[in-house]
Amino acid sequence: MKIVVPIKFVPDLVEELTIDPSGVALDTAWLRLIINEFDDHAVEQAILLKERGGGQVIVSTVEADGSDDFLFTAAAKGADQLIKMTGDFTGVNNHALARAYAELLKELKPDLVLTGVQAHNDLDGSVGPLLAEYLGMPYVGYVAGITLADGSVIARKEYPGGLIAEIDVKLPAVLGIQASEQPPRYVAYSKIRQVMGTAKIEERPNADLNLDGGVSISRMFQPEAAERAEMIDGDADAVAEKIVAIIKEAGVL
Amino acid sequence: MSQNIFVVIEHVRGQVAEISYVMLAAARQLAQNTGGEVAAVLLGHNAQDLGKDFAADRVLYIEHAALAEFTSDAYRVALAALIQDQTPRAVLFGHSSIGMDVSSGLSAKLGYPVVSSCRSFTEDGKYVSQICGGKIMVEGDIPSPTALITMLPGGYKAEQGKSSQAPSVTSVAAPALDGLRVTLKQYIEPEAGDVDIAKETMLVSVGRGIQNKDNIELAGELASALGGSVCASRPVVDQGWLPTTRLVGKSGKLVKPKIYLALGISGAPEHVEGMSESDVIIAVNTDPNAPIFNVAKYGTTVDMFDLLPALTDKVRQAR
Repeated sequence: MKIVVPIKFVPDLVEELTIDPSGVALDTAWLRLIINEFDDHAVEQAILLKERGGGQVIVSTVEADGSDDFLFTAAAKGADQLIKMTGDFTGVNNHALARAYAELLKELKPDLVLTGVQAHNDLDGSVGPLLAEYLGMPYVGYVAGITLADGSVIARKEYPGGLIAEIDVKLPAVLGIQASEQPPRYVAYSKIRQVMGTAKIEERPNADLNLDGGVSISRMFQPEAAERAEMIDGDADAVAEKIVAIIKEAGVL
Repeated sequence: MSQNIFVVIEHVRGQVAEISYVMLAAARQLAQNTGGEVAAVLLGHNAQDLGKDFAADRVLYIEHAALAEFTSDAYRVALAALIQDQTPRAVLFGHSSIGMDVSSGLSAKLGYPVVSSCRSFTEDGKYVSQICGGKIMVEGDIPSPTALITMLPGGYKAEQGKSSQAPSVTSVAAPALDGLRVTLKQYIEPEAGDVDIAKETMLVSVGRGIQNKDNIELAGELASALGGSVCASRPVVDQGWLPTTRLVGKSGKLVKPKIYLALGISGAPEHVEGMSESDVIIAVNTDPNAPIFNVAKYGTTVDMFDLLPALTDKVRQAR
């Protein structure tokens, strides 16, 4: 079983986001990129499948600040092969990203591709189902659990309200991971450093990105709430006092 | 090419999902702009009665045994044929477990762009999408000639997508649906036996800001002092700190308590979807720009770890 996990990097929402002077894009000068958290779950799920049934896990990213660290971390968790697509991927749309990954995946010929079900900055669809279509593979998303079967996988797909659908998906396939069966594992930095000495990142240049399929933006802005919350000031005691009064008023206390 | 707006109806086990009605309401606004019709696209098996309360000009019904319940492969094939044949101005999908499974693939297959996370349309027919966990809004023209759009709830009321007058039903022949690679085996009901958070009047909800499993206990103490329960946003449940029965939001429960105290929750749309109808929302988050303050009635940026013991004490005194 060969499992490939293609990664997307996204702006870190902990940092303040600013819009650049064009008014249609985020200001990349101040942007800190991190791995899409759903992709982190996809990596974990791939490692779990390998631990249960054997096989090979390949993790691939595009070039970004922190992409090497991320790949070495994946290797420390148990990934067997690390691939970095080099080139300028700044602000690239998902169609272009998926097409670039599709080229790579056509060579790798995986049995299973795991991606995060979505990323918070997706504007032109999500990478997983785009990739599936470019590769001619079936796609199922919102997956939170996978069992390997003969020539297929049983994916547990989430619906609202906690309902789960067990779905048989013929391989090769792309699955969009909502959550891995266990939370993404923590690896000590000492172990990552160890891996850095031995693991190799294969670089794969990506010169021509085809940007077709993106969505045009005429304005980007920060939401202004119709009614923003009434802010309670003061220290913890004063705030607690006020919250108790609100709860009393609602008749719950 | 037409100016019609298609809405891909979502239904699971004979129940039409609420997002379908939200989309019908959105489609009506868009159709007034384009001058076209609103068509509800219903795929199913003996399911045409599901369309009786749709506020649509007509229902396009595709009947096939393989369409009895949603599966991505069968829907994708059936919708590709329909969209290619009728070339509507726009096709609305839920930004959901169903719509997101097929819309991107159709975009790649048909060469029509897909606009994600659309919350509403402007009066002059632009899309308005909500991205970056609700921190950024994006506006733009709806791609021509045909656009696929995934819709978030919150921009339109579901009631506006309902009608007491049943729309006419036009049957559309299903394409060949053989060689399908995705099949539904069975549904598994959510685990029962835990507290039903949907019935609680007082909820203390924790998000990523709670930092670790041990800290859940602090929220638990407050909840029991208040006579309520602890619930959570997705990251907390994914970490295994609370069971999925306590999850509020898109893939969890829809809750409407009298008081919803949100601790360290940023307010991503997936979470807000499950709690925005609470009577009073009080948000505690050290980030003054957290989107949760746009849905909360009251807010504070004090550190929850300072607040929790003080609040629990004062609640106990007030009892």
